[in-house]
Parts: sequence; C-alpha cells; structure tokens
Amino acid sequence: MNKISYPLIGDYGVPAQYLLSHIFKDQIVVPPPITSKTIELGVKYSPDFVCTPFKYTLGTMIESADKGANILIQLGGGCRYGYYAELQEKILHDLGYDVKVINLITKGKPELKRILGSFKNINVKFRKSKLVYYGFITMKMLQYMDKVDDYIRANIAFEVEKGSFDLLRDEMLEKFKETKGFTNLYKIYKYYFKQIKKVEVHKPDNPLKIGVIGELYTLMEPFANGYLEKDLANNNIEIKRFTTATYLLLKKKKIMKRAFRKNKVIKYHLGADGADNVMNTKWLCNHGYDGIIHIKSAFCTPEIGAMPIISKIAGEKDVPVLFLTFDANTSEIGVKTRLEAFYDMLEMRKNK
Amino acid sequence: MNKVGIPRGIFYYYYKDIWTNFFDALDVPYIISPKTNKKIMKLGVKHSNDEMCLSMKVYMGHLFYLKDKCDYLLVPRIDNFKCNNQTCTNFLALYDIVSNVVDNPILNYNIDLEKNKNLKKGLYDIGFKLGKSKKEIKKAYKYALKEYKDRRKAGIKKNIKNLESEKIKILIVSHPYNTYDEMIGADIIKYLESNDIKLIYSDKFSSKEVNKLSLKYSKDIYFKYNKDNIGALKYSEDKIDGVIFLSSFPCGPDSIANELVMRKINLPYLNLIVDDSSGFAGMETRLESFIDMLGERHE
Repeated sequence: MNKISYPLIGDYGVPAQYLLSHIFKDQIVVPPPITSKTIELGVKYSPDFVCTPFKYTLGTMIESADKGANILIQLGGGCRYGYYAELQEKILHDLGYDVKVINLITKGKPELKRILGSFKNINVKFRKSKLVYYGFITMKMLQYMDKVDDYIRANIAFEVEKGSFDLLRDEMLEKFKETKGFTNLYKIYKYYFKQIKKVEVHKPDNPLKIGVIGELYTLMEPFANGYLEKDLANNNIEIKRFTTATYLLLKKKKIMKRAFRKNKVIKYHLGADGADNVMNTKWLCNHGYDGIIHIKSAFCTPEIGAMPIISKIAGEKDVPVLFLTFDANTSEIGVKTRLEAFYDMLEMRKNK
Repeated sequence: MNKVGIPRGIFYYYYKDIWTNFFDALDVPYIISPKTNKKIMKLGVKHSNDEMCLSMKVYMGHLFYLKDKCDYLLVPRIDNFKCNNQTCTNFLALYDIVSNVVDNPILNYNIDLEKNKNLKKGLYDIGFKLGKSKKEIKKAYKYALKEYKDRRKAGIKKNIKNLESEKIKILIVSHPYNTYDEMIGADIIKYLESNDIKLIYSDKFSSKEVNKLSLKYSKDIYFKYNKDNIGALKYSEDKIDGVIFLSSFPCGPDSIANELVMRKINLPYLNLIVDDSSGFAGMETRLESFIDMLGERHE
C-alpha cells in the first residue's frame, strides 16, 4: 500500500490533504510542521547554491519519508522550481529511501496529461471523475481561504483582543478538513467570514500601509520569512500581499496579459514572478502605500533580475523599498533590526 | 553616426560571428568591448546587484564600459528554442534590466520560437531600425548565417577530432560565456593546456545530436544550454578521462543540473565555482591534484 505525502507551503497543506485523501484510497502522511530540524536536514543534503525552497522541501520530504511515506508530490513553478523533483528523488535514493517523487508542473505549465498519467501511476484505481469533482471543491476552498486571509491581513494589526482572528481562522481550517460538498463548504466559509468580520477592530484613520511582494515560497511559508507578517501586524501596520495560491493558479495569466498591454516599464516577462512583482510595485506606488518590502530566498534568479527594475520604479515614485533575502540560516534578530529601522523611517516620513 | 556597441558577455559568445558579419556586410560601424579586465570587472560589480551571478556582473561591466562610446547597445533576449528548451531566467530579464539602468537606445530582438519569433525576424528588424533596405539586409543576413555555420561546423569538427587523441582528455562542462571569459575560465584553460592536456568543450557539439542524448541522464530537464552540456557529456563519456564542471557563482540551472549529473556519472570529476573574489591560487592546487590523479589512471 502506498503512503502519499507532500511538502508544505503555509496552510495550503489543508486543501492538499483534502484533495489527496479523497481521490486516492491510499494512506496520506501529513508532513510534520517545519522546524529548524527540517532545515538542518535540508541544508545537509542539498547542493551548495541551490535556492532555499529546495532545502525546505527536501527537509520536509526526508521527515515524511521517515514517517513511512513512499510517494512524494512536488509542485513546480516557472523557474528551476519545476526541476527540483528529479534531483530530490536522486538525493533521497542516495540516502537509502525507496521513494518516488512526482512532479506535477514543469516549466510553469500544468500539463493535464502528465498529471493524470502520474496519478494513474500512483494508483491504478484512480478515476478522473473524482479528480474533477474534488479538484473543483479544493479550488473553491483555496479561493475562500485566500479571501479570508486577505481580509485578515488588512485588519489583524488593529484587532482589539489579540489573537481572535487567528483563533477563528484555525477553527475554519479545522472544519474545512471535513468538508462534505460544495454547499457544506460554502456554509462553513459564509459562517466564519461573518464571524471574522464581526471581530472588533480599532482602525486609525490613516494607518501605515505596507505591501509585501517577492518570491512565492518565502512569501507563503511564514517559517521561511521569519514570521514577517506577524511582525508587521505587531507594529500596527496594514498589510497587502498579492501572491496567493488563487492568484498563481487562476488569476496570474489574465492579470499579467492586461498589465503588459498598458505598461512602459518592461517589455517582456522576466521569468517566474519577476514581471508580476514589477507590476505590483507600480500598483502599490499608485495606491498610496507607505512602503514596500520585497522578500526572496537566497539565489532566486528571477527576483534578482526584477530587483533593479523595482528599485527604479519605486525611486521615481519616492516610495521606500526594503529588500530582504532569507537563507536557511538567516538570523531572525538581524532581520528584526532592519525591519524596525524601516518602520521608524516610514513613521517619520508619514508624520512630516 | 549609428555606432553599435556589443558587450563582450553572455550573448556575445553565442552570436559573435553572426553579429560581426551582419554589421560588416551592412556597413554599420560597431565596437566590441575589450576582453574582461580588472577595470571592467570592478565596473560590473559596482553597477549590478550583489546577488547576480558572476557572468551577469561581467556583462554589466562591459555594458557600462560601452555606455558612452556608442550610439546603440545590442542586447537581445532569448526565451526558448521550442519544446522544453528554455533558457536561464537571466536571459529573459536582461533586456529589461539594461533598459532600466542605462539610458542609451537599445537594439533588441527576441528569440521565442514558441511564439514564432526567431533570429531572422530579429535581425531584419534591427536592419530596418538602422535605416537599411530589405535587399541589403537579406544579403547581409545570408552572408552572416553562412559564415557562422561554416565556423561552427569547423569548431565542432575539431572538437570531436580531439576526442580521438592519445593524450589525457578532459571535458569542460560549462557555458561558453564562462569558459572563454578572461576573468572566469581563461586561467583554468591556460593552466590545463600548459600541462599538455587535450581539452574538449561541451559547447562545441552539434546541438541537434546532443540535445536528445541529455534525456539519458535527466528526464525532466528543460534548460536548453544545460541540456546541450549534459548531452555532450553523454556523447563523449567513454572517450574521456575526466570532467571539469565550471560554473559561475551562483548559477541557477547549473546548481541543479550539474549536481544531478555528478551523482550519476562514473568518471572522475572536479566541480569548480568561480566567484568575483576567488583567486586562481586556490584553483591551481585543486587542478594540479586532479591532473596528477588522471595521469596515474591514464597509465
């Protein structure tokens, strides 16, 4: 009997687990949450200058394999993310694990044929109809999650009773795990979104607003960015983030097409999310945001390419940008000092 | 008057024969930046992002060297060569980076075979932009392409002939913009050649032949130039004594593709990573012991 597992990105483990447990009858191994042990493992067995998500996901894979998983599902993106799977499989084999790593997306393009074929390989009893039905539910679940998160991000800094948002959100995710169908899912979402909106917030008239942009893994996995968003919230700052699973899977193509038609800054795609971040910088500058924080994992090539362009745009519009690079052993304290200085500077500019 | 500046970095090593012959035939004056030296390197480090790869820093150095010496800068963009032959994301972003950091007018073309944009269309556009007639451009393009193909064929022939040599043979797996750059690979090549070793270069193989061979090492790979490199390694596997992987720090595609191959080959190999602060002395020791080891095996 196969045991299936997957690497973690933020809370998106919930929909992933939901989908996999419904389309396969096999056992699902829920990967343990990322800790410093995970990263240690990842760093130890990774090549030197591969980007950090490789190390994180490899660490999680090793931990899942220790728990008995023998099929690991890896997503993939437009840059070298799409090529992780093969090397990770080889590394795991060399370590003596008998596992199979399945890559869903290569070259940034999900090929339906490839995905179906690899699912068939996992289990011969796999049926397409099930994937379609539960796939749509999972998609909806992702959308609901991101909608709730968007609202929370804008308001969490000003909640009167600390922690009330997180409590409700965790409860909602717990309920999402046992969703029975479309209507059930909608009801859960509707109920909790109402509750979340009822949470008392004390928002000042003109709070500091910061947009967070950058590379997708570091943005979406809070452990990888040293709980940056929490830190922002603790300093009473409203947060805006574009990159979510919904954006990457559903909206990206359409939005980028429209954005390219009427911009004069860049002519071509920069690879992965580089162009998106350039466009988002422009949006943030035009919508009165006080500052921008650009975060990425070390050696992320597309973002390095986008950085000079981002700083040029923001420089023209006179919006400060803080560039942060997170590696597997970035010290939290060092980042905190830089963030604090950044907040102070923004505060001073605002009061001037 | 319409002087074109060609930075001696990245794209130059792939397209130099086409560009120079094309501009010669069109009677357009051009200037190529000199071989990379310490001054250019310094300029590059100053004007680029700290985390860019060394090859990019070198390119930026050449760019800023040429900035005031020409009217146009030639910066192409290469996206893909059809099905699963993508390039590194630096190749995609370079035009936009340059156009944002430099004010000079830029001659640009885009190679994106999936969207049907190829070299021919690109060079025609450049010709028109320089005020030449269609007839002139056609003639120049034909001439440039023929020269390029002849030279390339001769290079490949010589490279493959070297595979039959009796001496110790080492395959250099690297990108041409690293191998032949004065500050990145030149010292290593010189040192090896002075030690009486036959060098075979992974970029001098026929791409048509070699590209498919890469699948024997890696199923998923989709980087065109790494595919060619790995295929070249597969092609010459039985005929060489050792492999040297040479990459600039921190090269994205190399970091994964080379690591995968290193875990799969049965040959002695040396993995050299060149940084803007690494001196040759450290390299020399490693090269020396590698050569000694190969020498003993060869006998």
